[in-house]
Amino acid sequence: MELLLNIVIYLPLLGALLLLFIRQDDWVRWTSLLVTTATFVLSIPLLLQFDITSTGTAQYLTVGEPFLGDWDVKYMVGLDGLSMLLFMLTTFMAPIVVLSSWTSVRKHVAGFYSMLLILQTGSLGVFAALDLFMFYIFFELTQIPMFFLIGIWGGEDRIYATVKFFIYTLVGWLLMLVALIYVGFAAGNMVNDGIFTTDWQLLTSPEFQLGLVEQTWLFLAFGFAFCIKVPIFPFHSWLPLAHTEAPTAGSVVLAAIALKMGTYAVLRYLIPLFPNAAIAFAPMFAVLGVIGIIYGALVAMVQKDVKKLVAYSSISHLGFVVLGMFAFNTTGAQGAIIQMVNHGLSTGALFIIVGMLYERRHSRLISDFGGVAKMMPVLTVMFMIATLASIGLPGLNGFVGEFLILVGTFNSEVLGSPWYAVLAALGVILAAAYMLWMFQRVMFGPVTHEENKKLTDINAREIGLLVPIMIFIVWIGIRPTDFTRYSEAQVTWMLEDTQTRAETIAGNAAGEQLPSWALKLYDVTPHMAASMEPVNETKATTTAKSKEESL
Amino acid sequence: MDAYVHLVPWIVLIPLAGFLFNGLLGLASGAFREQKNLIGGVATLAVFIPFLLALWLFFMMSGDSEAVTVSLFTWIEAGDFTTDIGYRLDQLSLLMTLVVTGVGALIHLYAIGYMSGDEGFWKFFAFMNLFIFAMLNLVLADNMLLLFLGWEGVGLCSYLLIGFWYSDMAKSDAAKKAFLYNRVGDFAFLIAMFLIFQTVGSLRFEDILAGTALFTTDQVFLIGALILIGATGKSAQIPLFVWLPDAMAGPTPVSALIHAATMVTSGIYVISRLSPFFMQSPELMLLVAVIGAFTAIIAATIALTKYDIKAVLAYSTVSQLGFMFLALGSGAYVAAMFHVVTHAFFKACLFLGSGSVIHAMHHVEHKLHDEGKHVHFDPQDMRNMGGLRKYLPDTYKTFLIATIAIAGIPPLAGFFSKDEILVMTFNAGMGTYGAVYIGLWAIALITAFMTAFYMFRLTLGTFHGEFRLPQKVAEAKGAEKHLHESPFTMTSVLWVLAGLSIVGGFIGIPNFVVATFTGTADVNLLSNWLDKTTMDAELTLSKLVEWFLLFGSVLVAAFGIIFAYRLYEGDQLEASDARISERLGALYQVWTEKYRIDEIYEGGIVRPTVRFSDRILSVFDMKGIDGFVNLVAAIVRFAGGVARYFQTGLIQSYAYGIVLGVILVIFMLLFR
Repeated sequence: MELLLNIVIYLPLLGALLLLFIRQDDWVRWTSLLVTTATFVLSIPLLLQFDITSTGTAQYLTVGEPFLGDWDVKYMVGLDGLSMLLFMLTTFMAPIVVLSSWTSVRKHVAGFYSMLLILQTGSLGVFAALDLFMFYIFFELTQIPMFFLIGIWGGEDRIYATVKFFIYTLVGWLLMLVALIYVGFAAGNMVNDGIFTTDWQLLTSPEFQLGLVEQTWLFLAFGFAFCIKVPIFPFHSWLPLAHTEAPTAGSVVLAAIALKMGTYAVLRYLIPLFPNAAIAFAPMFAVLGVIGIIYGALVAMVQKDVKKLVAYSSISHLGFVVLGMFAFNTTGAQGAIIQMVNHGLSTGALFIIVGMLYERRHSRLISDFGGVAKMMPVLTVMFMIATLASIGLPGLNGFVGEFLILVGTFNSEVLGSPWYAVLAALGVILAAAYMLWMFQRVMFGPVTHEENKKLTDINAREIGLLVPIMIFIVWIGIRPTDFTRYSEAQVTWMLEDTQTRAETIAGNAAGEQLPSWALKLYDVTPHMAASMEPVNETKATTTAKSKEESL
Repeated sequence: MDAYVHLVPWIVLIPLAGFLFNGLLGLASGAFREQKNLIGGVATLAVFIPFLLALWLFFMMSGDSEAVTVSLFTWIEAGDFTTDIGYRLDQLSLLMTLVVTGVGALIHLYAIGYMSGDEGFWKFFAFMNLFIFAMLNLVLADNMLLLFLGWEGVGLCSYLLIGFWYSDMAKSDAAKKAFLYNRVGDFAFLIAMFLIFQTVGSLRFEDILAGTALFTTDQVFLIGALILIGATGKSAQIPLFVWLPDAMAGPTPVSALIHAATMVTSGIYVISRLSPFFMQSPELMLLVAVIGAFTAIIAATIALTKYDIKAVLAYSTVSQLGFMFLALGSGAYVAAMFHVVTHAFFKACLFLGSGSVIHAMHHVEHKLHDEGKHVHFDPQDMRNMGGLRKYLPDTYKTFLIATIAIAGIPPLAGFFSKDEILVMTFNAGMGTYGAVYIGLWAIALITAFMTAFYMFRLTLGTFHGEFRLPQKVAEAKGAEKHLHESPFTMTSVLWVLAGLSIVGGFIGIPNFVVATFTGTADVNLLSNWLDKTTMDAELTLSKLVEWFLLFGSVLVAAFGIIFAYRLYEGDQLEASDARISERLGALYQVWTEKYRIDEIYEGGIVRPTVRFSDRILSVFDMKGIDGFVNLVAAIVRFAGGVARYFQTGLIQSYAYGIVLGVILVIFMLLFR
């Protein structure tokens, strides 16, 4: 299975190399479809063989030899509950993305598809990497093809958009690189006999205890990078631009896969690596999440361009994800993970549908449409389902994620206030407002433009690529446990482990001299006694206490 | 009961199967769409079979049966939170199931005829079955989250069916409005669920009702008020009722099924379901009652002024739902459910009757077009009607029966249920906040008078007098020859519903009526049936007072009818309205303008929000946030530009720089 995991990761890259030797555009398309479909099929056994009860260590682990001189930086890939679903989402979406650009991309077809395939390997690597350094390398591997996808095959303003996207992200990640090197040395000193290491297992081991002051700076550096990538308000201004200028396939990958790298990194690295800082900054991130939810929704409401509207709605949806993660309980984090998948599916579908409309009408302006439902009944059904999923209708996938996030946030001990959830729930009303208003103006009403009367409904290929997404939208909505069970154990373990380590570190810091801001930020009253007890018991008593208080 | 509970999932799933059958085949095949009998037949059966199943369960159950639940699978689970797809069969849920499937099947049957000419026939029936599926989830759910699935699901179907003729922007506006107003209520409902889960640790009704003691009265008030807000959205009460009159844009069977008989009663259902919880807080009960009473009278006053026959019925529905909320707030859950049932009968009959009228008027318009006369008139406007009893005898008779029933004349259905609400409100006047309840009783009594009045205004204006269209529209001379009664599939349904409007009240004959003659009595079937599931307030009034109240309500209804008859009999519709308007002046103006509530929401909330969003997009987002990012980039570029001056590429200037640097270092070392 270890080998299979590596095959799945590198098969797309291999496919990209193969494309170099193919001259015929149609052959290029079919090869890409074959490669991505094979990747998806091969990834299914990984899901079926996955042990959902196992916690801590990842499964299908491959560990290579150190390759950076004296440093203990190794090739390390594997899957665990945090990454399994996103890994599968990536393999699942790839053939759909290939199909969605079948006729819309006409220039440098081989180049386009090889970029998509390289991006695929990079994305799979990002989710499977279990070494911080490898994560960084794979991440950079996704940036370059994305840069070209937007820059070459994008809309009118593509150069500005892609440069902004690239540089903005790069600035954040360079800062993170500095912090990463610091972490590597610190971890080397504490847990690896003085040898630089970025092994995730070691970075999350109880002996790796960063001081509170160091944690704060490192957390902020990592957090800054991830905030830009997600993006979290107010670091979002690259996103609407990149989305609108990118070709359909670029937008879909960006929304479904690339944005998840930011939120995934929060869950994988930001929270477990800097436990005290993550807890201390949780309310701040939750505030940013809530602002993102409402802000994204309000701004989406007044967009004139359908694609931009969907892009801003992404900011709103990702606000939910961030909120759920910083609730610091299983319910919220599980909601966040399934919401990442949901967003990938429903926003992916929305971008694909907008792309289909654009391909026919060469416009994305809402005012250029109207009454489209009459000419395109099948598209209307798909569009409606995706829209309803996006506004969180119970029975479809979006509801599951949003509801779990809101319940988790409402009961979060770390956030300690129901108001986050109450304000975030306002997003439920706003989402219905902007989505249904857009849907009405595009699909309903009389046909006011002559050009629209000639619109043809979607063809078999287009139906075929949307139907799988629709199936999952309904499946996750009705039986979400078929999916959430993959992450349940690992997420629970990770959050409990993080909180335990935070208490240990805070307890050790009790005797130290700390600057006054750190004292304000962290609760350093000795927790040692408490952390010795089984975690469940402490949790139970605090829950009981908070219940008493609320009564 | 355990043996039968396994039927419950089938009751829910059969309509879903109907939806998938018609929906998928209709989407796939053009030939299938023409098979209208097949489509309509499957859809009707998909509701009628569940009705038969429910009926069978009804005979297997008694008032003493314990509630049973069946769980299909775990729905949502993460951390501490878990909920099942689970159904609960008890007397309350079965009563609602019977109403939903029974009235639902009748309306499906009617719609086969009504919608026969529509190209979206298959879609219509697919949506109708989906609605029944969602509604059955709502009433049969054993937990609040699954109820919420049904709750939002019916909202979706309502949206799809109001906007059924989506090419008309006004109709799709009405659909969107309905969905959004409901969403406001749903938001409150969500928060209520979070609060309940926080305290009880479960969303199952069983656990919530068992854990009622865990809540303080303040919490009960807060949670109850949030659920109430949710209910005001779905059941069209103050402050969220404005969507319902607009919802009449949908096809008339939709108005009858969703916006009169079933969906709009779900707020009443959910409060009844949680009655032991609501009874914990007298303030909460008062709030429910006040909202109900004020909604009842406000909607009734608007109904007095409308000419659109569906609009009158819509406001009448809002008003009658207000009566039901008043009953809930008075602790009279049985009375509220009673009125839900009787209202489903007579209001469905009235809506379908109005549909028959509209059908006929449309036919006239088509025929005139065929004759080459391009006349346009509003087929729903009463002023174009009059004298229809001659041409639509079955519609007229059934409409009249239902009107008498809603007006509250004994022994028709509406009389018993409305009287029970009035009695119970008066009864609540004996307890906490008694004076307020007496005031609400007076409001309800005035509303009952208005109900009788506007309903007879509607009937007389539509069916009595002479056919006015030829006077209104010159080209429509002789148009009455095109007026025809609707086909048998439609009128038969009207007669069934009219029959139910006559006898429906006998399920809830007040005990005191019989007890006066026999000493004691136990004849109120509904009260006995619901005994285990709802927690009613104690009736403390003496028989004499009850008789007094009963005669009072009959008298009020009779006055309303007589008054309407004197004003509106014989083509005086507009003349009489003008006289009333003159007499009442500004007040009447307020009524015709619907209290300007729509304008207040539009101007006070919707437009400012859009304007605000526009502002934050153009100023804050694009200039502020993105401007800052670009500013940083510009600073870097500027710094780079400055630095570029030193990178001349000339060896001499670099050497010069090195010399300067060395000198600087020497100076610094020397003069430290």
